[in-house]
Amino acid sequence: MEHSLRTRKLYIAVKRHWQLYLLIAPVLVYFLIFHYLPMYGVQIAFKDFIGTKGIWGSPWVGWKHFERFFDSFFFWRLLKNTIGISLYELAVGFPIPIVLALMINEVRSSPFRRFVQTVTYAPHFLSTVVLVGMVVIFLSPTTGIVNQAIEAFGGQPTYFMTEPDWFKSIYVFSGVWQQMGWSSIIYLAALSGIDPQLHEAARVDGASRLRRIWHINLPGIRPTIVILLILNVGSVMGVGFEKVFLMQNSLNMEASDVISTYVYRSGILGSQYSFASAVGLFNSVVNFMLLVMVNRMARRLNQTSLW
Amino acid sequence: MLSRNIHPFDIVNGALLVFISAVVIYPLVFVLSASISDPAAVLSGNMWLWPVNVSFTGYEKVFGNRDLLTGYANTILYTVVGTAINVVMTMMAAYPLSQRSFYGRNLIMALIVFTMFFSGGLIPTYMVVRDLGMTNTMWALIIPSAVSVYNILIMRTYFQTSIPGEILEAAAIDGSSDIRTLLRIVLPLSLPILAVMVLFYAVGHWNAYFNALIYLTDREQYPLQLFMREILIQGQMEEMINASDHAHAQTIMDEETVKFAIIVVANLPIFLLYPFLQKYFTKGVMIGALKG
Repeated sequence: MEHSLRTRKLYIAVKRHWQLYLLIAPVLVYFLIFHYLPMYGVQIAFKDFIGTKGIWGSPWVGWKHFERFFDSFFFWRLLKNTIGISLYELAVGFPIPIVLALMINEVRSSPFRRFVQTVTYAPHFLSTVVLVGMVVIFLSPTTGIVNQAIEAFGGQPTYFMTEPDWFKSIYVFSGVWQQMGWSSIIYLAALSGIDPQLHEAARVDGASRLRRIWHINLPGIRPTIVILLILNVGSVMGVGFEKVFLMQNSLNMEASDVISTYVYRSGILGSQYSFASAVGLFNSVVNFMLLVMVNRMARRLNQTSLW
Repeated sequence: MLSRNIHPFDIVNGALLVFISAVVIYPLVFVLSASISDPAAVLSGNMWLWPVNVSFTGYEKVFGNRDLLTGYANTILYTVVGTAINVVMTMMAAYPLSQRSFYGRNLIMALIVFTMFFSGGLIPTYMVVRDLGMTNTMWALIIPSAVSVYNILIMRTYFQTSIPGEILEAAAIDGSSDIRTLLRIVLPLSLPILAVMVLFYAVGHWNAYFNALIYLTDREQYPLQLFMREILIQGQMEEMINASDHAHAQTIMDEETVKFAIIVVANLPIFLLYPFLQKYFTKGVMIGALKG
């Protein structure tokens, strides 16, 4: 009888709060159409898509498109670039906002603190197009200020944007410039929740500022750090199409071609829907597995996890 | 108190923060100064901080460019309509999910949050949007991103933590329906979080280019960012690839000032609003941070 009891409870709850269901209905429809329908549609990765027959009518071909991708010349290059850019970004871009937050947290003068925050948050609001545009302008071999400075000190101008060797560093450090302030907000929030009595006690015991940062502030924000680290590792394979795509050109492809730009090129531009979906699905699955793994590790080591 | 407690630590920390701030702000000041300087001075490296031989050629060219004006108007339209839909949808999701009496909220929550971590990917999503006939309409830029999961979470947390449950109970006892309670009691108490949502979504629409890139082919409908991509990035790439060609020195110079001017013009609305919104956005991120 448990079943009918649950149905009855549901009936009463829905009847009393039908307006809440009415409110959320359009949102659910949105998620079904724009998130769950594409998940269902991802089956075209296992089919040979034929436009006139549609997704459902096209014939099944099994793992054909995956095999073609794994065997292709691009596979290792794409994988190496995707993971390489992400790990580089993680190694450099992840700790910097933490350090910045710890530093801002130590500032006593509130006008100075507000000044630093206002300035470092500002680039977050620039669009990716503008950011990449500025990078291109500043690094231009003929007119850019960076090369002018290099020449003024007697060096040779460098063609930064067309040198594959420079691509990853430009990508990572322009990202740090744009996001470090904004990313530090979340750590500042966590720092503001640390009990001041801990600091009092440590001061009485004669702990220096650095010691208190190391033994009180850093452990205090550890749960936040772990959660953000999980989220970051969980997006290793999702290295931003938006920025990589804009920074890409025919000369730096060797270092700049990543899975998401390849999906765009072969799928949207090349109309190979099935093949590109297979590549995209491979990417999502690897990414999801990474997230689950890191989350499990974090729970075991730290008792902090996303779910 | 100030002078007594100055410590070497504070001096080093302060100096480092001044240095970081300078590194962050320098490119922005450079762009602003370059946009109102004589292009020749900028290109020869004579302008490095303050404007030299003030000239407004760049701005004249920006405002004389039909594409850019179209793009600007389109972006304003997309931002206003898109943000309105975003904020309403976010509220419609967050309010029921914040109510304990809402049966099934854990299931719905899980369904929504799952989409943050797994998606069908670019191509299947593209095909859904195309099959719905949205390509080459403004709806392709607005409906597929009608609501963000992260913002639902922020708003739900705000409803749960900042609106006293007693008020909602009192309203229910007085016979107020759920929608009426939302409109008359919850909304007026939620202005700070609404400001945060408007800011986040509006900046997102203002800066977006990716959906326009894949769904729009009609230049009349391009948002500003797509035209900026042509001017800022593609033009420059071509020039770099044949950098030895000195024949078009004047054109190149004109193009350069246009670039600086367009960056300033495109970001003006955001930076004019920035000081007024700053107190809100920190709050918004913090609400999101405190309880995930």
